[in-house]
Amino acid sequence: MKNIFAALLLLTGILCSGTAAALDPIDYHSPVEEQRFKALAAELRCVMCQNQSIADSNAPIAHDLRMEVLRLMREGRSDDEIKQYLVERYTDFVLYEPPMRGGNWLLWMGPFVLLLIGGIAVTAVIRTKNKQPDAAGNGAAGEDW
Amino acid sequence: MLPELGQMALLIAFVLSLLLGTLPLWGAQRGNVALQLTARPLSFALLAAVTVSYILLTMAFVQHDFSVAYVAKNSNTLLPVMYQVSAVWGAHEGSLLLWVLTLCVWIAAVAVFSKNLPDVVHARVLAIMGLVALGFLAFTVITSNPFERMLPAPLEGHDLNPLLQDPGLIFHPPLLYIGYVGFSVAFAFAIAALIEGHIDTRWIRWARPWTNVAWAFLTLGIALGSFWAYYELGWGGWWFWDPVENASFMPWLVGAALLHSQATTEKRGSFSSWTLLLAIAAFSLSLLGTFLVRSGVLTSVHAFASDPERGMFILAFLCCVVGGSLVLFALRAPKEAGKPFQWQSRESLLLLNNLLLTAAAAMVLLGTLYPLLADALGLGKVSVGPPYFGKLFLILMAPLVLLIPFGPLSRWQRENLSDIARWLAPWLALAVLIAVIAYFRAPQHPLKSAMAWFSGIWLALGTARFVWHRFAQSQGRFTAEIIGMVTAHAGVAVFCFGALMTEGLSVEKDVAAKPGQSFEVGDYRFTFLGVTEVAGANFIAQRGDIQIGIGERHLGILHPEKRQYASGGSSMTEADMHGGLTRDLYVALGEPTDNAGGWALRLHVKPFVRWIWFGAILMALGSLIVIFDKRFKRKGHEA
Amino acid sequence: MSRLLPLLAFIALALLLFVGVRMNSGKDNSAIPSPLLGKAAPELLLPELVLPESHLGIADLKGKAYVLNVWGSWCVSCRVEHPVITELAQSGIMVVGYNYKDSPEDAARWLARYGNPFALVVQDRDGQAALDWGIYGAPETFVIDAAGVVRFKHIGPLTPEIVQEKILPVLQEAP
Repeated sequence: MKNIFAALLLLTGILCSGTAAALDPIDYHSPVEEQRFKALAAELRCVMCQNQSIADSNAPIAHDLRMEVLRLMREGRSDDEIKQYLVERYTDFVLYEPPMRGGNWLLWMGPFVLLLIGGIAVTAVIRTKNKQPDAAGNGAAGEDW
Repeated sequence: MLPELGQMALLIAFVLSLLLGTLPLWGAQRGNVALQLTARPLSFALLAAVTVSYILLTMAFVQHDFSVAYVAKNSNTLLPVMYQVSAVWGAHEGSLLLWVLTLCVWIAAVAVFSKNLPDVVHARVLAIMGLVALGFLAFTVITSNPFERMLPAPLEGHDLNPLLQDPGLIFHPPLLYIGYVGFSVAFAFAIAALIEGHIDTRWIRWARPWTNVAWAFLTLGIALGSFWAYYELGWGGWWFWDPVENASFMPWLVGAALLHSQATTEKRGSFSSWTLLLAIAAFSLSLLGTFLVRSGVLTSVHAFASDPERGMFILAFLCCVVGGSLVLFALRAPKEAGKPFQWQSRESLLLLNNLLLTAAAAMVLLGTLYPLLADALGLGKVSVGPPYFGKLFLILMAPLVLLIPFGPLSRWQRENLSDIARWLAPWLALAVLIAVIAYFRAPQHPLKSAMAWFSGIWLALGTARFVWHRFAQSQGRFTAEIIGMVTAHAGVAVFCFGALMTEGLSVEKDVAAKPGQSFEVGDYRFTFLGVTEVAGANFIAQRGDIQIGIGERHLGILHPEKRQYASGGSSMTEADMHGGLTRDLYVALGEPTDNAGGWALRLHVKPFVRWIWFGAILMALGSLIVIFDKRFKRKGHEA
Repeated sequence: MSRLLPLLAFIALALLLFVGVRMNSGKDNSAIPSPLLGKAAPELLLPELVLPESHLGIADLKGKAYVLNVWGSWCVSCRVEHPVITELAQSGIMVVGYNYKDSPEDAARWLARYGNPFALVVQDRDGQAALDWGIYGAPETFVIDAAGVVRFKHIGPLTPEIVQEKILPVLQEAP
């Protein structure tokens, strides 16, 4: 059992380590379509090679998903509709950008909360140092660098 | 026979690290000078033992000793010699031994270059590093022995992962390790200071060059990894925010904050506890990186084959080292001393600098671990990738980019920032003007193009303004510290420009090419000439010939390949590129499209992509130049 | 107090990592849960692989619970789980084979060589229809109840334990 798991992991490793370029010559209808497709593909995760977008991955499923995205685009669906279509089949996991819902608030707001806390700490420190005697003095005047 | 000797050398090293970790420390606590003085000889003995072990492992590879399981898994008789040597660090066990070797080299270096230090400090620092070595040696010996035999020995080995059979990959891990592991010096100093109970600025002055060297190597290691990914992986990317990449980037960010904090504490005595905390954090993140790569907790194309038992061991080690240090910190962190300063001062700017860098590191940590957190809390499977990291990183770094030119121009303790603003205003205005022009002239992604021009010009001119200021003020007295800082900040300018220009203005086309067909990408013309079969040392390749040109000029012929290695496995793409100062032309081979010689090709024009790595090299260089400053040549016993 | 903060933060981190290592032991951490659970299974509008032993068609699936097994002749793990599938089929449960990204010749040859446990085999040569099921590789196994609702999905090779603990209970609920 462990061996099979290891073999699967190895296969995934080889497949997903970009040993073959994820090439798909596509005849785009227009440069706008090309840009939109590339942007959209970069926002969708390859479900097999899970650290690559479907734009970058050369896994067969990534190819299938790219073609599906193109098909849906040409059907006239919007970016959001296409993403929703894929989420219905592969869960939120297929979105490279975690959607702003539920617990994901922690993810998106977390860094700013930390920044705020850090900012408060820094302000407190500066205030303390400011209150010390000779803070407004010229103690550093002689210092070169 | 030899592998058993190698194993024995490891066990000897284990015992030596135990002695190094305990005797001098005990001697320092008890004032026993004889015990303290054992630190240096033990350090050298430890290095010798680990070196012997490492050499024996290398010999096993070069001699094709497939009775050693690790050798059999990672090499074969067709492997070229230089890859036989680098295969030693191609997988978990061997790379771990390299980690330990690197640590022992740092320990020995500290032992050699520390004659200025009081014996007590010297003993403590080496002992603490010895304890770290002890942990890693225990890990190696108990769970990851590279010398394990495999009997009966196979006649032919498997292979070194073809991706690793590349010159770039030979140097990437060693450079990275020298960096990661080098933070253990600053760490050991911090712990020694906490044990001692007070911070002596002499020690910070002593620790600074070591931190600078470590950070410089980490910068080079990361840059090389990025460059390797670019030319090897076939799709022109240079950073993927992959968990393992993030694992090296976090210590880099905190290390950068540490550099600045150490300078402040050394010169002004301020923020000593923050400097200590950053030193602990930088090394802790290095250890965390080791954990993430080897425990299987995160999925990554980079990760070594995972094993929960190993994961637990490293986690326990992490808890001891980091947990122990933080307990020590909670108990004995020094009170804030040092000279006072005003709201407007260089100190404040540096605090802000460190805050932003640390926040960025925290953001990367949050994003990297969030999938794990979500899974553990039952929030479902979430994926966090470049759209998250890229956006937030830009947001957090933007204020930093704005502030960098202010820092060097400001004075310690008291500054009038509106004065500095006046000096810099014309250059800021120029940068904004050029950015606006770039915005309207960009064929795509105008915002990124504008940001590239703004950051590049603002940082470059802001730094140049400082150089002019310094020239005018002190008759051109430039210390090594100042030259290093200017170089490093210039490196940031070059990097920002390169990264944002590539991200914004790269053009890429996937085409189905027939022999003789030409394609226009950007201003350049790519002409597909055909594909032939060639043979290499241990592979057979389909080699493409693509002629590149601009206007009337021929620039050359590119040869991307698709290789099939003799050891089997799927085929590998080797892209080819025409590098240049202002752009790279990049071609990768896909699959044959028909039976008449047609192939799928990927063609890129990537503007200024090499500036990314030039910038990183400048940053590393700047960090290294600093260590030659006269202030570090003073004897340790002077103030 | 603020001196304790870094330590507390680290303890929280260590706890998370501990949980992570435990969760990760042995099982495939990259498996994506199926959003189809509890929803109606997509229609199987695929050609059937005609074999000498086939006697059922897609229409025969209506109103019956069945197990859908995604496999291919190129899939190594499928061979590993084959005995488990065979046993499942022999115990009277209808197992439908979903031949994914395979040629009919290779599929038929594989079945002839290793034995055919499937009541019927549908073919998806290009993998298009698989997208509706959220399939992205092989082997994958679905359990669909008599009402046509997807009740369970497993990614990776089946083991007797999974059959016992996850598949059989579902089938016994809604036969």
